[in-house]
Amino acid sequence: MSGFIAFTVLGLVTGAGYAVAASGLVLTYSTSRVFNVAHGAIGMVMAFLCWELTVQRGLPAWLAVLLVVGVAAPLLGALAERVMMRHLAGAPEGTTLVVTVGLLIMLIGAAQAVWPATARPVEPFFGQRGFRIGTAFVTYHDLVMVAAALVVAAGLYGLLTRTRIGAAMRASVDNRDLLRLYGARTSLVSALSWAIGAALAALAGILLTPVVGLSYFDLALLVISAYAAAVVGRLRSLPLTFVGALLLGLAQSYAVGYLPPTEALSGLRAAIPALFLFAALLLSPQATLRVGQIKGVAGVPVPTTRRALVAGAVLVGAAAAASFALPAAQNDQLALGFVYGIVMLSLVPLTGYGGFVSLTQLTFVGIGAVTVARLGTASPLGLLAAAAVAALVGALVALPALRLRGLYLALSTLAFGLLMDKLVFQSSLAFGFNGSLSVPRLAGLRGERAYLLVCAAAFVVVGLGVLALRRSRYGRILLAMRDSPAGCATLGLNMRWTRVRLFALSAGIAGFAGGLLGGLRQTVAATDFQLMGSLPLLLLAVVAGVTSVSGAALGGMALMLLPVLASAFPALGGLVYLCVGVASVGLGRDPNGVVSHLFKLGRWRERDRWRPAGLAPALRGAGVHR
Amino acid sequence: MRPILELVGVTAGYGRIEVLHGVDLALPRGAVMALLGPNGAGKTTLLRVVSGQIRATGGHVHLGGAHVNGASADALARAGLCTIPEGRSVFPNLTVRDNLRLATYAGARAADVYGTAFDRFPRLAERAHQLAGSLSGGEQQMLAMARALATDPAVLLVDELSMGLAPLVVRELYEVVAGLAADGVSVLVVEQFADAALAVADRAAVLVHGRVVATGGPDEISDELANLYLGSVT
Repeated sequence: MSGFIAFTVLGLVTGAGYAVAASGLVLTYSTSRVFNVAHGAIGMVMAFLCWELTVQRGLPAWLAVLLVVGVAAPLLGALAERVMMRHLAGAPEGTTLVVTVGLLIMLIGAAQAVWPATARPVEPFFGQRGFRIGTAFVTYHDLVMVAAALVVAAGLYGLLTRTRIGAAMRASVDNRDLLRLYGARTSLVSALSWAIGAALAALAGILLTPVVGLSYFDLALLVISAYAAAVVGRLRSLPLTFVGALLLGLAQSYAVGYLPPTEALSGLRAAIPALFLFAALLLSPQATLRVGQIKGVAGVPVPTTRRALVAGAVLVGAAAAASFALPAAQNDQLALGFVYGIVMLSLVPLTGYGGFVSLTQLTFVGIGAVTVARLGTASPLGLLAAAAVAALVGALVALPALRLRGLYLALSTLAFGLLMDKLVFQSSLAFGFNGSLSVPRLAGLRGERAYLLVCAAAFVVVGLGVLALRRSRYGRILLAMRDSPAGCATLGLNMRWTRVRLFALSAGIAGFAGGLLGGLRQTVAATDFQLMGSLPLLLLAVVAGVTSVSGAALGGMALMLLPVLASAFPALGGLVYLCVGVASVGLGRDPNGVVSHLFKLGRWRERDRWRPAGLAPALRGAGVHR
Repeated sequence: MRPILELVGVTAGYGRIEVLHGVDLALPRGAVMALLGPNGAGKTTLLRVVSGQIRATGGHVHLGGAHVNGASADALARAGLCTIPEGRSVFPNLTVRDNLRLATYAGARAADVYGTAFDRFPRLAERAHQLAGSLSGGEQQMLAMARALATDPAVLLVDELSMGLAPLVVRELYEVVAGLAADGVSVLVVEQFADAALAVADRAAVLVHGRVVATGGPDEISDELANLYLGSVT
């Protein structure tokens, strides 16, 4: 019984921390319609800053917290709104998500550059001092957390319902242009909501640091816990969000307290938010279709079959030529670029055509690699099995969010990635705890050269498949569904199964790439497929161009080069990721990416060659002008 | 006396498509002017230019004697220009009271806004704590007009006041417009269906294909309207 009270207190206290984080998330989402994936990362950077001010600079804790929560975080939030978000008003959900993922990567990169990885123990406020309630010990830090949650709840309620600026925040979601006609400075309104959101993220990050630890990733992933709590309130209701946060805190605390401490369940604590999220998604009511939203995104031209075949042949030829020109190690690197290219191809139908975002594509790659490793076969059928298993899992991920809008689907992939990281990949079913697996190469291919050619050919085959898909009836349905879901529904299309099939297809392609990657590396471990690795992958895919096969090729090569750059210039470290973040913020608005500019260059040259003067006599000869 | 709102050679459009090809228009102080024209003539675009939602690509807009090309919509609203755009210009997820509270951005005191609005439209007082989205179309338009009443603007721009509303409601709303004009507010009313607007207007202008083709008293315009809309036969 004494244990129960202690776990309940711990759960409520952690829940209070989640409530602070979640309320900030709900505030920014419900006033700007941008889901800030970087919410946890803002908290992370601010927790580091607070550590810097107290431990390194010797400021008293209260002053440091005041400076960070009251000044630095709101400034960062307002800056993010000013630089990135203002231009995204009315942009499709996928685009805004990708841009905030860019912010997340950027913040992690910046934190790693400023505060290199070492152990940084953080003392709770007031040390371990506290008091007893019955048999349970409550520290003063716990008390501060609960008090903070209560103050935040009351403050936000007052702000949103009792003040004019609060009413303006809610009004700006309904109709921003109209609010301007009322005379409100709308940019100020949204900057304020972002500033408050960032301050709440900072407060949550600082309060939860003694619980979570001062870690780049664990704090950044706080966004999942916050999101899980916010889903209970459907990203709208603040009271329900608080209830969700407390339930999540309690669930986590009881799970730690009462589940047997076996190795298989060691990652459970961190996986609870993800499990909680799936449960909340399954129980939430069906989303209604919003009518009147038509968000066309102009795509890139689709090449003719003949042109695509020629380009594919040229690519394989170039790979063959390069395989003779380059030493063995570089051959492997190039092959890796093609494998990454296939992973990016898996995003083309999903994100490029369908407009859905998967934040954890690397997890499906991992599933493919594990499948091939567990089968232990060198037969090409192993690759197909990898694709099939990954596709099945992909369909399962899409199921809970089936009835909901795209945003929920994207964020449930984030939770799924975390779940796989913490529970499945670490279990004996997959890699084992800190383990690795060896993977046989396809058909016993020994040489690097041969394998490079296999990877290049596989990229071309999958790429041609994706193009065929784009030209098919299913491809047209995908585009139509992205541009006007309501229109598709009135035409009688079953969008749920279209979505599940799309997700399965994308996961299947990624799993296929995973099989190839396993064979390339020959030894794979759970760390190769971490959730955090998926985010740069998504960003580079979008920056390079997620609507075209050429974009996937470019993105794959860029992703391969990224760690090469980072190791060639170790001083840059996190800066490389910082740059990727910056690029995605700049380019993330255009899903056609860098390659679309290259395409335009190509078209411009064609126009330049065009000589209508020479055509006129020929036409006259044919009798057109008679 | 110089007109309160004056457009000289205004051109504007969307991207590369020009909709207004040099509009000249003058709204005298304290007058109600009906701006008429067929579908696609550029009436709404003209209102957007004046209210600061899009920028004129050429020409000049003068408001109260000041040159206001490129001024932001919110600054113009605070300066005393009240715009009621096409459709239901209320915030559907806010209560009636919160909608009115936002009217104070244009410079009125909250108590005055509530007082004026609820006096003129008692129906709104009954529904003060209801979400604006759950009101009927007529009540929503009353709420929009209540903002115009309460903020005491110098110039009122109204786009398609009658759209989708019952004739009785339209008449009531135009009585409010006439009352505002009597208090000295200059009003520019855009209407596709002319009769209701011409009944309260003391000036009228007709916009066709992005140009003002006629201005005059409501009676003259009323007689000429069919010819102006359809173009004269040569």
